[in-house]
Amino acid sequence: MTRPDVMIEAQNLDKFYGPFHALKDVSITVGRGEKMVICGPSGSGKSTLIRCFNGLEWHNSGRLTVDGIEVFEGAAEIRTLRQEVGMVFQQFNLFPHLTVLENLTIGPMKVRGLTRAQAEETARTYLDRVHIPEQANKYPAQLSGGQQQRVAIARSLCMETRVMLFDEPTSALDPEMINEVLDVMVELAGTGMTMVVVTHEMGFARKVADTMVFMEAGRIVEVSPPDTFFTNPSSERCRLFLDQILDH
Amino acid sequence: MTARAEPDLKGQPLPRPPAFQRVLNSVPVAVGLYAVVMALIVYGSYVGAQNMGYNWQWYRVPQFIYSRTADGFQWGEIALGLVETVRISLLSFSLATLLGLLVALLRLSGLVVGTAVAVGFLELIRNIPLLVLLYLFYYVLGPIFGMDRYTASVLTLAVFHSALISEILRAGINAVATGQWEAAKSIGMTPYQTYRYIILPQSVRFMLPPMTGEMVHLIKSSAIVSVIAVAELTTVGRNIISDTYMSFEIWFTIAAVYMALTLLLSIGVSYLERRYAVDQ
Ligand SMILES: Nc1ncnc2c1ncn2[C@@H]1O[C@H](COP(=O)(O)OP(=O)(O)OP(=O)(O)O)[C@@H](O)[C@H]1O
Ligand SMILES: [Mg+2]
Repeated sequence: MTRPDVMIEAQNLDKFYGPFHALKDVSITVGRGEKMVICGPSGSGKSTLIRCFNGLEWHNSGRLTVDGIEVFEGAAEIRTLRQEVGMVFQQFNLFPHLTVLENLTIGPMKVRGLTRAQAEETARTYLDRVHIPEQANKYPAQLSGGQQQRVAIARSLCMETRVMLFDEPTSALDPEMINEVLDVMVELAGTGMTMVVVTHEMGFARKVADTMVFMEAGRIVEVSPPDTFFTNPSSERCRLFLDQILDH
Repeated sequence: MTARAEPDLKGQPLPRPPAFQRVLNSVPVAVGLYAVVMALIVYGSYVGAQNMGYNWQWYRVPQFIYSRTADGFQWGEIALGLVETVRISLLSFSLATLLGLLVALLRLSGLVVGTAVAVGFLELIRNIPLLVLLYLFYYVLGPIFGMDRYTASVLTLAVFHSALISEILRAGINAVATGQWEAAKSIGMTPYQTYRYIILPQSVRFMLPPMTGEMVHLIKSSAIVSVIAVAELTTVGRNIISDTYMSFEIWFTIAAVYMALTLLLSIGVSYLERRYAVDQ
């Protein structure tokens, strides 16, 4: 059943918030190592979809497997899954009472059971990777937004994740800090990580995306490679949306 | 002292107080007024006592606090009573905090059974007077489970105060942003690990002020166990008075000792709070 080249497979997902139908019959496949960029208007269900991928939200019907593990509410393997699937949030969500280094080591130590020395070694490797090795002993509040978001990326990487989900990672940032975060993400894409990124940064999408996805009103409206997506999308709604966001 | 729900005044412009209020609040006037009021109270009690023909014997009070005899230095009954009050309060407060945390977690568990049990417990405790609860523990549960008066007292205070403490803890836990839960979940933490390493450490600064208020409250309500003759501060006061008939001096002294204890506690905690604020 599980195909080795498939990382995430969603079949006919439906998701309700009370009476509100947030995901409507969503089917999508993300291959191993694939970079997928999801865009769409506000409220179209982008966050909801990727939050289902690591069990922060539960779909109500349909079938979802991530890295061969079936995701559903109460699944025994859900915590194993979450260790494989990293998530980077719009609001960073760093742990404010811990230093940068502690933010990076707490997961590996408490969840993976590494020793402090091992965890700190990994943490320093990834802090280097996101270009802020010198901030290890500061508290999150002492860093700029761009630096905080890079710490958040490193925190996920420290769990040795195989998939990284990004939910509008740059939209809470001041314009001058957006690129430092996008640069790190581009470098990460070069390592072969599977990435699903919700973003409206189309420059980034052009650079790294293997697949572009457009969502609207809980449905996936368009799935195509970037060439087709940007030049000749099949749906009119997608064309209008692109015109809007590429204008400014 | 117990600032439980402080209204959020952020953003509202502070109205300028009227002139007479500013004069009243200036330091010399305030201190002067305070001195006058206290003097009036003391003088009033003194005159009242004088009219009753009360025989003041303040010189006999210090021996109940400590004494220096041929045998050397010795703590008096009031000092020992204070130690006992502190011990009962600390024990009950620790137990109340554990129980309160359990009730708070049950309520936050999202399980219907958990919430029902917690709410039932809270309503039960909130609607029984402390004195009746003490009688229940001492005269009913005491004989059934073979509890002595000391255990009954500690349990009564712990159970009574766990109700409010659970609400304080719940509010503190809820005050931590939901993003913290999501971040902890997404690195694979269990709910226990999330509470222990992420949520509770961040709630402490929300909980500290109301918890101090609750500790002060508990120290004061611990006086009630004197009705079943547990040898703490208030009981000691009663015993001394029945021996010496110095009720005015002793009750003034006992009140002052309680006040000193609770003020000391508040000052200590506000110091702690400032340290915590710097660490963030
Ligand atoms: N916890 C919730 N309870 C109720 N409704 C919700 C909840 N979370 C999301 N929704 C609703 O579901 C819809 C999809 O939300 P979602 O956050 O997935 O949109 P989005 O595409 O990420 O939008 P945005 O670009 O604004 O982040 C929205 O209409 C939203 O109001
Ligand atoms: Mg969103």
